[in-house]
Amino acid sequence: MSMPFYVSPDQQMKDRADYARKGIARGRSVVVLQYDDGILFVADNPSRALHKVSEIYDRIAFAAVGKYNEFENLRLVGVRYADVNGYMYDRSDVTSRGLANFYAQMLGTIFTDQNKPYEVELVVAEVGEDAATDQIYRLTFDGSVADEHGFVAMGGQAEAVAEALKERYRDGLGLAEALRAGVHALEQQDADRHLDAKALEVAVLDRNREHRLFRRLTSSRIEQLLTEAAGEGPSEEGAEESAEDGGTGGAESTEGAGEAGGADGGDGGDGAGGTEAPKGT
Amino acid sequence: MASHDSHAGRLPGAFTSPGPSSFTDFLGSYRPELLPGGRTPPAVAAGEEIPHGTTIVAATFPGGVVLAGDRRATAGNMIAQRDIEKVFRADELSGIAIAGTAGIGLEIVRLFQVELEHYEKMEGRMLSLEGKANRLATLIRSNLGMAMQGLAVVPLFAGFDEDHGAGRIFSYDAAGGKYEEREFHSIGSGSVFARGALKKLWRPELSEEDTALACLHALYDAADDDSATGGPDMIRRIYPMVASVTADGFRRLSDDEAGGLSQTVVDARYQAPGGPAAPLR
Repeated sequence: MSMPFYVSPDQQMKDRADYARKGIARGRSVVVLQYDDGILFVADNPSRALHKVSEIYDRIAFAAVGKYNEFENLRLVGVRYADVNGYMYDRSDVTSRGLANFYAQMLGTIFTDQNKPYEVELVVAEVGEDAATDQIYRLTFDGSVADEHGFVAMGGQAEAVAEALKERYRDGLGLAEALRAGVHALEQQDADRHLDAKALEVAVLDRNREHRLFRRLTSSRIEQLLTEAAGEGPSEEGAEESAEDGGTGGAESTEGAGEAGGADGGDGGDGAGGTEAPKGT
Repeated sequence: MASHDSHAGRLPGAFTSPGPSSFTDFLGSYRPELLPGGRTPPAVAAGEEIPHGTTIVAATFPGGVVLAGDRRATAGNMIAQRDIEKVFRADELSGIAIAGTAGIGLEIVRLFQVELEHYEKMEGRMLSLEGKANRLATLIRSNLGMAMQGLAVVPLFAGFDEDHGAGRIFSYDAAGGKYEEREFHSIGSGSVFARGALKKLWRPELSEEDTALACLHALYDAADDDSATGGPDMIRRIYPMVASVTADGFRRLSDDEAGGLSQTVVDARYQAPGGPAAPLR
């Protein structure tokens, strides 16, 4: 009988963490930022079928990067957790703090007990009555939780994206400006990367809505907001970007019109889009 | 997933196991005692002392459907509550109203609401109207044991069908039989009188507001002849609850709107206590 090699717990945890980090860095980024009416989620994700940003409950949404099957699993578990608690107690008793703790326990246990940690990073966000009561929790593969304010960037070249976001972000941005800041930050993942409406998955938790505050934005709406923001943007860049928009605008506006006719953005099952996994391996 | 079910922190395995997108099915495996169908019916028939809801009407109009109910709950000869709400938003494009045992009815409505939302979040699409109606039939059928002991609940389900572009109405029997109704329908103790009134008042080309007015006339007639149905209470400003469902979603008429229409009905009755007369030829 052969004896397994002894690996110190230190080394074991380090190896697992490195493994998970590498997996997460291979994908593309997601940014979450507060704006004046709520919380905005922007993902570099061309798929209309496989979402990185999803609704969990009335005021709570979920954003994830990493391995699709793993975070999709976490999403389904989160929806069950929220719906069961809301049904047993009251809708107001479902909180992002409870959900973040729940995910933290789950991820922590998987990290220590299993051979392979989850290669995921999550944001659980809850929109409050005003910006001061918004809650954004960031969870990593080992189950640690961070309470974030303002903005979060995760996945892929997260540091470069966060750096770019830091420059443009300020409290109380309007939706169009916040979206522009998010998209600009995501474009910093690679040199000369340009993201148009079709390559983006955008959703908001809008505190001014009723019942369920989560809404996905259609590509035509994203297009419109980006154009609006480019018009109001800083002068030297504004000119450059509106020219850019003008160049590709013709092709995209027809695309946008087609999408606008459909149901709420992204809900239709686009089979072809499904082959492009969000994790850009 | 199955491999870590038993390890996932304080999570019971039911949360993480793959399963159907139905909330009822999930709850059945996790906490079956929370389901209305999971209880043993009482050995003897329940008496009249448990509150019962009474009359509900629904009528279609071009592009939608109106659902309305009186506000009375009775326990035998007593009025148990004079401002009970029996018409509910089921989801964005449908509404549900209940007649029969109030306690069980309210529970089934709550479960049905979560059921529809849960499916939508898990699958990323809304159920078809037919699918929603079928789910409701299953929920009602699970209450058959209770119904046999005098605790029956019968809902009226109405919604906007996106595929047909029209409002549709479904009625049920206590055994879970689902029947699609054309044009208009009523349920509950005063339903006979309400339906008679709608026969004379309803016309296919009525606007949303006029359809609501016809429903209020029908409820007035039900209250006129059925002691368990409450009329509009002008003194306490408690008016029948009216909701409409169109392509734009479920909308409950505000107290001001319902009050205005109720005032119109009451004013008309000063002139003709029997209500508007239909032309004989």
